[in-house]
Amino acid sequence: MGKDIFEILVNGVKLVLVFLMIVQAVPILVWLERRGSAFIQNRFGPNRVGPLGLLQLLADAAKFLTKEEFAPAQGIKLLYYAAPVFALIPGAIAYAAIPMSVPIMVDAFEMFGQTWGPYKFLVQGYEIGVGIVFILGVSSLAAYTILMAGWGSGNKFSLMGALRASAQTISYELALGLSIVGVILLYGTFNLTEMIQAQQGPLSFQFLGYTITSEYLPNWGIFFQPLGAILFFTATFAESNRLPFDLAEGEAELVAGFHTEYGGFKMLLFFIGEYAHMMIAAGLMTTFFFGGYSIPFVSAAEVLAWAQTVCETATGASALTALIHFLVYNVKFALFLWIFIWVRWTLPRFRYDQLMDLGWKTMLPWALANTVFTAFMVYLAGI
Amino acid sequence: MPLGGIIFITVFIALFGCFLLFLAAKVGIAAKKSSVKMEPYECGIPGVEKQDTKVSVKFYLTAILFILFDIEIIFMYPWATTFKDFIASGNGLFVLISMLIFILIFIYGLFWEVKSKALEWD
Repeated sequence: MGKDIFEILVNGVKLVLVFLMIVQAVPILVWLERRGSAFIQNRFGPNRVGPLGLLQLLADAAKFLTKEEFAPAQGIKLLYYAAPVFALIPGAIAYAAIPMSVPIMVDAFEMFGQTWGPYKFLVQGYEIGVGIVFILGVSSLAAYTILMAGWGSGNKFSLMGALRASAQTISYELALGLSIVGVILLYGTFNLTEMIQAQQGPLSFQFLGYTITSEYLPNWGIFFQPLGAILFFTATFAESNRLPFDLAEGEAELVAGFHTEYGGFKMLLFFIGEYAHMMIAAGLMTTFFFGGYSIPFVSAAEVLAWAQTVCETATGASALTALIHFLVYNVKFALFLWIFIWVRWTLPRFRYDQLMDLGWKTMLPWALANTVFTAFMVYLAGI
Repeated sequence: MPLGGIIFITVFIALFGCFLLFLAAKVGIAAKKSSVKMEPYECGIPGVEKQDTKVSVKFYLTAILFILFDIEIIFMYPWATTFKDFIASGNGLFVLISMLIFILIFIYGLFWEVKSKALEWD
């Protein structure tokens, strides 16, 4: 985690901050979802508690805390209590691997009569060389928490919801995994930071020996992988159990699916897990197809040159550059989170056989076709 | 290796979650237990199903098919990362055609699976 105590401390705090960021984003997203759904359905939504109903989330949290503690008699206590705690873990670990800004360079400085540094702090929990494989692997562990909840509740609605959810998650994982083979072919790396660096500058590519450049478009992955982007985004909806793929909790058939027996804070922890998966999907969508934290037409070096005219110290300039890129990342990120909410309140739910057909018989062949087509194009561009 | 960071944050989140559950249990109203209340949720009818209730075998089949296809997809990942290097070294066509043969087997497997009605849900 670092070479001396200061670096280890900062990296540890950073990891905790990333986790708390996810936890803090959940009430805001819940508020946005309730207000957004209300506007889509021509209602008001929560608007009584605080300005614009923003304090509704605090009221909800207080209410969750005072709920009666309950565990079903027929359930397995250990699994029943462990499932909501474990639901937090995969999302947070996977999200920490997504780069959110350019690294902050800290110059050597004096503290406690000792010289510290220089340091390079990444604006992400940790950098992993095989970033994509790690994120896909870890985030699919969420299927276990759903199964634990379903089995531990000792209720047939929970069990059926959990089985449905896990079957759906693993079915769409195929399309998810295959849709990003095109992205990997394009950039030739698993590393998310290298992918973002490859997407900087104006749109330009080589084809049959010619170099084609466009001044008006950024060099984003979406222009090379439109089909891959659509397939990936659709599959992430199923992975995070969101409408139109929330068969796990089809309330007309299964009461509430795998969390039928849960209430209060335990229910809230499942919610945080689900929203963390939305955030991973939005973060990966930004990173793969929309240039990550990079600003279109403006390189990080130009931002740094500007920041050096504002800030006196090199550390301050680096921090300001990182802050600007972090804000740009969050704008793109928030846009995708809003699309998640928008889709949920626009499309109706699938039927289960339709869902499976879409995953296996439509998205999987299209993802394969995308892979083969991209491979040919990369080959033609490279010779 | 970021292993230390991963272990640290996993333990931290687990403790955080346990603390929240503990807090909620302490602050919340104490449960008044009764045999009817502790029954599994059902629409007012006494439950008869046991823990090991019967489930459709389709889920098991789906899981097996998933493992098969997922491993095939994982084989494409190293190929995809190194494809550009192979093109640069002049072996691009060979690697492309070998992968196309692999993908043809993949497509045949998918086609066979659809034809044998392994993916029909009714």
